[in-house]
Formats: sequence, C-alpha cells, structure tokens
Amino acid sequence: MSTAITVDGVSKRFRLYKERNQSLKAALMRGRRASYEEFWALRDVSFEIPTGSTFGLIGENGSGKSTLLKCIARILQPDNGRVSVNGSMAALLELGSGFHPELSGRENVYLNGSILGMKKPEIDRKFDSIVDFAGIEQFIDQPVKNYSSGMYVRLGFSVAINIDPDVLLVDEVLAVGDAMFQEKCMEKFAEFRRAGKTVVIVSHAMGSMRSLCDNVAWLKHGELIEVGPSNDVVDTYVDEGHVERVESPDGSARWGSGEAQLTSIEMLDARGEPTTRAHTGDQVTFRMHFDTTKPIDKPVFGLALETVEGTYVWGHHSRDGNLVPDRIEGRGSIDLVVPALPLQTNTYDLNASIVDYTTTHTYDFRRACYRFDVLNGTPHESGGLVVLGGRWGHLTAASPEPASNTTTIPSGATAPSTRK
Amino acid sequence: MINLTQREIKGKYKRTVLGQAWSLVNPIAIMAMYAVVFAFVLKARPEAGDPSGLDVFALWLASALLPWMFFNNVVVTGMGSIVGNANLIQKVYFPRETLVLSNSMSWLFTFAIEMAVLVLATLLFGGEPLLTLPVTIVLMALLAAFATGIAFLLAVANVYFRDTQHFVGIAMQLWFYATPIVYPVSLVADAHPTIATIYRINPMERFSEAFRNTMYDGRLPSLGTMAYVVVVSLGVLCLGYVVFRRREGRLAEEL
Repeated sequence: MSTAITVDGVSKRFRLYKERNQSLKAALMRGRRASYEEFWALRDVSFEIPTGSTFGLIGENGSGKSTLLKCIARILQPDNGRVSVNGSMAALLELGSGFHPELSGRENVYLNGSILGMKKPEIDRKFDSIVDFAGIEQFIDQPVKNYSSGMYVRLGFSVAINIDPDVLLVDEVLAVGDAMFQEKCMEKFAEFRRAGKTVVIVSHAMGSMRSLCDNVAWLKHGELIEVGPSNDVVDTYVDEGHVERVESPDGSARWGSGEAQLTSIEMLDARGEPTTRAHTGDQVTFRMHFDTTKPIDKPVFGLALETVEGTYVWGHHSRDGNLVPDRIEGRGSIDLVVPALPLQTNTYDLNASIVDYTTTHTYDFRRACYRFDVLNGTPHESGGLVVLGGRWGHLTAASPEPASNTTTIPSGATAPSTRK
Repeated sequence: MINLTQREIKGKYKRTVLGQAWSLVNPIAIMAMYAVVFAFVLKARPEAGDPSGLDVFALWLASALLPWMFFNNVVVTGMGSIVGNANLIQKVYFPRETLVLSNSMSWLFTFAIEMAVLVLATLLFGGEPLLTLPVTIVLMALLAAFATGIAFLLAVANVYFRDTQHFVGIAMQLWFYATPIVYPVSLVADAHPTIATIYRINPMERFSEAFRNTMYDGRLPSLGTMAYVVVVSLGVLCLGYVVFRRREGRLAEEL
C-alpha cells in the first residue's frame, strides 16, 4: 500500500518568551531580540499514513496533536525532520477563517476557495454544491458579517470539504452546526473514505475516533507513545486516563450554613466494602457521615443522582422516607439502602445534603461529591439509564406460524446502543 | 492571487456611497490642497515643461505626487498585510507572498486609473504625454517593483517589531520632503554640488524626475536615471523577496 503522508523524525520547538521585545527600543537596549526558554512541542515523531486510510491523533490537551497537524498542513515548519505528503491537501483547522466580513457569501466562496487552492473554473463548477451543502441559498448574496455563527461555519466547512483533496486534515471541527448538518458532514466523510482519500483527524471524542479511524497515533507531551489499530491504541489511552475514582472529583461544589456538615459520603457494596463500581442489580448502600457544631432539630438528609452529563436521574430525602430524628448532635451517619440497583451502565454523580425540616434552609450541600460507575449486571436491558425489569411475552400474530418459531433476538443486538 | 486582489479592491470601499470613486477623490483632494499651499501661499514657480511648454502647477505636481502616493500606499499597507491577516496565516497554508503582492496589485489598479485621468487632463491642457506613454508604463511597473520590495522587507520586520509601522509613518513623511514632489529639483540641485549628489541617491527622486519627464515635459528621461531606476527597483524587489521567503516559514508562529 502506498503512503500518503510520511512523518519522519519531526521535532518542533517553540520559544516561550519571558519578555517579548516587540518594540525596537527594547531590543536595542538589551542588544538582542528577546530572552526565551525553549519548549519542545514535538520530539522526534515518526509514522506513516497509508493512502486511503483514516488516521487519528489522540492525546491530552497540550500533547502536540494540533502542532503536528499544522506541521503536516505546512503552516508550521518543523525544526527537525521532514513531513512529506503525496497529493493535494486541505486542512480544516478553523472554519471560515479568511472570510471578508463585508463581502457577500458568494464572493467569499470564491475568495476562500482560491486561498485553499482552487482555480476559478473549478469553483464555478462546484459552486452550487457548496452552497447547497451549506444550506444557505437564500443568504448567499448577503455580506457574511450578517450571517449567524452557524451559517458562517457551515459555509466555511462546505467550501473546505468541496475542494476534494487527496488528503484532508481535520482538527476538532466535527462538532459544528446542528445535528442535521453534523449528519451531512459524517456522510461526506464516509464518501471521502470510500473514494480512497486519506483523512487525518484530531479529536477528543474517543467513541468517534474508534469508529472513524483505521489507525491512531497517541501523543503525550510531544512524544509518540503508540501507533496502531485504533481500537487497541484508544483502549490503552483510555485505560491510562481512567484511574480509580477519587472521592471528590473536580467540579464538585459545596454550600450551606455549616452548623451541620457532611464529612464524607460513600457507597458500600453488599459486603459493606466501600466501592466506586457497582453492577446493575447489586445491593448498594449510600452512607452519609455528618458532624455538627451545635444541636440540629429535625434535620432532613437528601441524596440525588445525576449522570456525568448532568441528567437528573433520581432524588430522595429522609422526610419523604419517614426517618426524621428529633435532634442530632456531634458525629454520626445515616444509610440509604438500595436492594437492587436499577441503573444501566453509565457514570453517575451523587449529590448529598442536610437541610432543615422545611427543606428551605441548607446546612450543607455537596454537589457531585461521589462519582461511581455502573457496569453490566442482571437484569441486562438494552439502553437508557434505568432498568425496568421488563419482560417480553404474549406475542400474538396474524401469521399462521406458531409463536414458538420466532427467532430469539439476542438482547441488545438491534436495540439502540447503551450509552458509554 | 487574483481573487485576493479583488478582495482588497472590493473590500476597501465597501459600504461607502461613492465606492470606487473614493480612490479618485482622495488624490484629487490632496493635490488641490498642495496646489493651493505651494502655488499660491508659498509661491512656488516651477519652470515650464520642456519641450511641452506646459505651465500648470497642478499637472506638474500630480505627475510626481501620484507616483509618490502609490509608493506610499503600497509600502504602508503592504507592511501591515502580514500582521493584519494573522488569522489567515495561522490557519491556512498558502504562499504568504500573495498577501503582499495582491496588496500591491490592488494599489496598482488604482494608480493606473489615476494616471489615465492625469494623461487625459494633460492632453486637455495641451501637453503631449502620449508619445512617452510606453516609458511611463514601464516606470509604473518599476515603481511597483520597488515599492513591493520595500513592502516585503517591512512586512517581515513588522512581524518581529510591531513599532516598525509607527516608525515608518515618520520615515515616509521625511522621505516625502526629501523627494522633489512639491518643489522643483533645481531648488536643491543648485544649492551645493555635494548635497545634490547625495540627494540624487534617493531612488524616489529619480522616479519623480522620470515621471515628470514623461508626463509633464513630454520627453524621455536621461539614460542614467533610467538605468539607476531599473537596477534599484529590481535589486530591491529581489532582496525583499529573498528575505521574505527565508522568513516565510516561521511567520505563523512569530505572529
């Protein structure tokens, strides 16, 4: 198989200016341009991308993915090493950059197209499909400064994707526009791949990287950690990123008057051991430890669950649960026992609170104070957040075939996929 | 490149009532001002055109002022074209020199219209700029090359030192008065031989003289002047281009 892109020992150094002398005076007075520290954004990165494959670049923020992409796109020059690209190339780094706000959409299509390397007759030919793809026929003769941001980006994407290059570089721009436009983009990508073109994608969306890419390179602090088939590399990458949950993840918030405090919250499994993982159908206990600075009359304890995406799943407080002590003082704890966890596979955050009997005054509220994962268990249902324990049955059909002849569909095979 | 030039031309006067007419109104207004100040207030009296016999201060002024304004525009806006298009440079790959070149082209377009108007006006007053018109056109091309070369150099310098643009504003003023545009060259040339020699190193002085010869006097510039102008223009353009190409690759990160 031929190679579309060869990255050979590429290193890129940036200068971190301590004090940027952008004035002549400052430069003359110091006798040199500026003092700076060197920072290697990329160090000796080498790999090859075969023609017709889709290649992903993954890594944490600041790992050098975008720098590498810019080196491939020839926007930056590597300090060492070489990048060679076979065939024409287009980069989708920022959409609609180079649009002139005062010019109309039509003029900007020509302008942007020619900046990206298209000849005028070529743009003439593709003009209709560009406008059609962006879905802004009505506004094509309006100045682009009057466009909504979505229209702006859509037009930019549409111009870029219609260049029809041999190699397409994409940096996190898959997430533009509304759902319908995104679908159109994905179709266009698929079309691209079918046509045997090479695509290089930078993204943090691991799910789409897995399904889109054939091969993936993993960068960490500018160094290449692993290149290989996307599933393997993405798995190792995700594994490394997933450490055992800490009790108080970032983004937790806390407020309240403080006379009573929630000192810790934990989830216990059936054996009474603290855990951050549970299976559907397991017995779990949520235990809240508290401490008070003065006696509290008739406190109400509350627990609520949200998914990491922020969907409110469940909530329950002890007043509704008919357990309201007359008074608490000092240290103590209270349990909420769930006999069989009716949640599907996902990651959940626990919110915990102590409030007064009227539930209007908050002593302590801890948001997202405990995060846990739910893994597949019994019962196993196809998708969504909750397990209803539903059973299929009583099939009545007009068909003469007896019901026993229907094939059993393995659960989960045709239903919407579970959320990861 | 052509599209970028069009963008410059179209974008420049977008949303103005007069549109492209501004590109003519502007020089006419400046010319009128200088004409009043220098011809009536300061009583500057250039010699009549030889051999054309023209004696119209405005035409005399315009034949050197229009080239100067073109030069000034190309240098000043060309210098800012890299910094001004930072977003484009950091996001899209294309040969960066097109930014400077298309800027020059758009001004050359305006300059050509202005010169055409000047040719008509000169004809109206009885001058004979038509015979020497081919030389004028060659001179325009050379001036464009000279200005673009300087614009290349300053565009790069401006990326590294942003105060280049402020410095250049003053330098251009100085240069303007060091060039015989609003006063006749004889004023300096007759003063002192050494000063005159140094004075004549200035390529814009040669350009002014050459343009005045072809447009106002209706004769060919001296061979020495033409040779000097050709060498300096092409030399500066080459130097500017080489420096620009050498720095081009690093522009995206230095911006």
